Amino acid sequence: MNWIEIFRSGISTGTVLLIAAIGETLTERSGIQNLGVEGMMLVGAMAGFKVAYQSGNVWLGLLAAIAAGGLLSLAHALVTIHFQADQTVSGLSLTFLGTGLALVLGDGLTGMTAPVIPSFTIPLLSQVPYLGPVAFANHNLLVYVGYLLVPLSWYYINKTRPGLHLRAVGENPAAADTLGVNIYRTRYLYTFIGGCFAGLAGAAISVAIAPGWYSNLTVNGQGWIAVALVIFAHWNPWRVALGGYLFGVLRRFTLDLQGPRLLFGLANPFFFNTNLVFFLQMAPYILTIIALIWGSSAARKKRIGSPAALGVPYQRGERGL
Amino acid sequence: MANTSGTPTRSERLLRALGRPLVIPALALVTALLAGAVIMLLSGDNPLAAYRGLLEGALGGALAVSRTLRSATPLLLTGLSVAFAFKAGLFNIGAEGQIYLGALATAAVVRYFPSGNQAVMLLTMTAGAALAGGAWGYAAGFMKSRWNVNEVITTLMLNYIAVLWNNYWIFGKWSEAGFQMTKTFPHSAWLPRLADYAKEIPAFSGMTAHAGILFGLIAAVIVYLIIYRSKWGYKITLIGDNPKAARYAGINIAANTILIFMVSGALAGLAGMTEVSGVVHRLQERISTSYGFSGVIVAWLAKLNPFAVILVSILFGALLVASREIQPSGISFLIQGITLFLIISSDVLLKYEIKWVRPAQETAQ
Repeated sequence: MNWIEIFRSGISTGTVLLIAAIGETLTERSGIQNLGVEGMMLVGAMAGFKVAYQSGNVWLGLLAAIAAGGLLSLAHALVTIHFQADQTVSGLSLTFLGTGLALVLGDGLTGMTAPVIPSFTIPLLSQVPYLGPVAFANHNLLVYVGYLLVPLSWYYINKTRPGLHLRAVGENPAAADTLGVNIYRTRYLYTFIGGCFAGLAGAAISVAIAPGWYSNLTVNGQGWIAVALVIFAHWNPWRVALGGYLFGVLRRFTLDLQGPRLLFGLANPFFFNTNLVFFLQMAPYILTIIALIWGSSAARKKRIGSPAALGVPYQRGERGL
Repeated sequence: MANTSGTPTRSERLLRALGRPLVIPALALVTALLAGAVIMLLSGDNPLAAYRGLLEGALGGALAVSRTLRSATPLLLTGLSVAFAFKAGLFNIGAEGQIYLGALATAAVVRYFPSGNQAVMLLTMTAGAALAGGAWGYAAGFMKSRWNVNEVITTLMLNYIAVLWNNYWIFGKWSEAGFQMTKTFPHSAWLPRLADYAKEIPAFSGMTAHAGILFGLIAAVIVYLIIYRSKWGYKITLIGDNPKAARYAGINIAANTILIFMVSGALAGLAGMTEVSGVVHRLQERISTSYGFSGVIVAWLAKLNPFAVILVSILFGALLVASREIQPSGISFLIQGITLFLIISSDVLLKYEIKWVRPAQETAQ
């Protein structure tokens, strides 16, 4: 087994989760939980691929994906912020809506090829032993964007004034309101930004990491894993990154497990009985559950909670939390 | 929700009680169909042709009605499953996985405990499916009550796991002649279909609606009795409406969470049994075409009312049957998504009701 390659490609697939989960972190920090990530990613993957395919320009595709994810998220924002509807149900309907839109508009795209995001190697950094070939060699641009997103989003949330407003709106909207922060506008903005990130994450699949359109199998549950990752990461971008890459590596590892005839000197059961592979395919979903349990109980021990106003609609003049 | 001025007459109250749960879903569905048409136009498809296909597929003749009923059966059961859990404020998005577990258990019962007696066979299959679905529900309920883990995500993850586990059996040990399916069940394991009575009543020939719908109807009555006519139902509603009050009242929320999830899972598990034993007569891939997820929409459209679930599931059964015939394939998802959005928005918009209030009453408030 080629460990360098497992880690390298794990980082690449983990980038999808990372982008989507950082977007969802921003949304949830403002007090809005958007469970429609799966739907927004699908729409993003479809829009990115379709526009790249039709225009021949992958950057236009990327823009389209970001716009599509953002636009779709506005439906959730309208329904949950203005109509104060249940956020869980709205998020689910967003997944339905996104899946439906992507399937209808993506009709006939299967099997086509579109231009992809270019990959490149970073000159000096890639020479660092172990780390270089894993993290800085032959990755597509979005992987490097992912590296930048983590510290930037952390800095933004924790060290800037708009970040302070964001946290205030998510923790205590009534107090933030009295200080003159526009709760509705803030929540709309971050729901939209979360949607843009989800759209980008979708395109990261369809025009970069696993190019192509395979209807709803394109995203195949990664949106839900991203939502779980946010909870596991306690709404912290650094932990999101850790979790995302870990997931990517484990996913690649379970794929590679099927290859060799011998595993640690013993006959590889996954090579000789292909039906056991189904258990390997369960791994990411089982891991998600374990990560959630771990995240939830660790949060309780350390008294880290979700943003206090997460999922609670805000209405002026009503008693808040 | 809306308080009325004066005392409405009996008939007014009846109209209101009946009207709302029917009119609103109908309006939402019509609007969703219109929106779907616009999107189809934009993507270059012909909405008129699509909807004509939809109508003919769903209601064009007795055969189509029978197909609609067949398709409504799993939706009825999953709709009840989701509605039951949601009465307690719990989201069971795992009906899809519970269907697969129910189907898996049904096939296991047929394989390892076969019986030539149809009644015995069907009874053991039903019990097996309910237990297996309930066990899958238990997993989510346990994690929720023990670690307070978000049940939306766990039930979803359990869906993927259930489908893969199903694949493990039909690709491997239970595979029949290399195909991804089990042997066809013996006839004693088939739910009776209308077509089985074609000799006595010729009009039934070719009709594939099966006795599974009776399971659904009985389940609807039982769920109604539990929720609205039993002490446990009162507790469930209290947990859903006001968990704090429920805790102060001494209700064991952890135990109830698990129990509710098990019942919810068992209902969805039954849908798996009716599908394999009433429709395909063997275990195979894609037993459920997202009936579990549509159950969420059915439950919400029905405002969690078990009897309204019956009507809405038939409505959605028609939509699903018809959308199988029409292109592009995502259109049914699209319409379901828009419908659900409209329903949850309408809940709020309906609070703003035009009322005539006399000044005297206003000061009294």
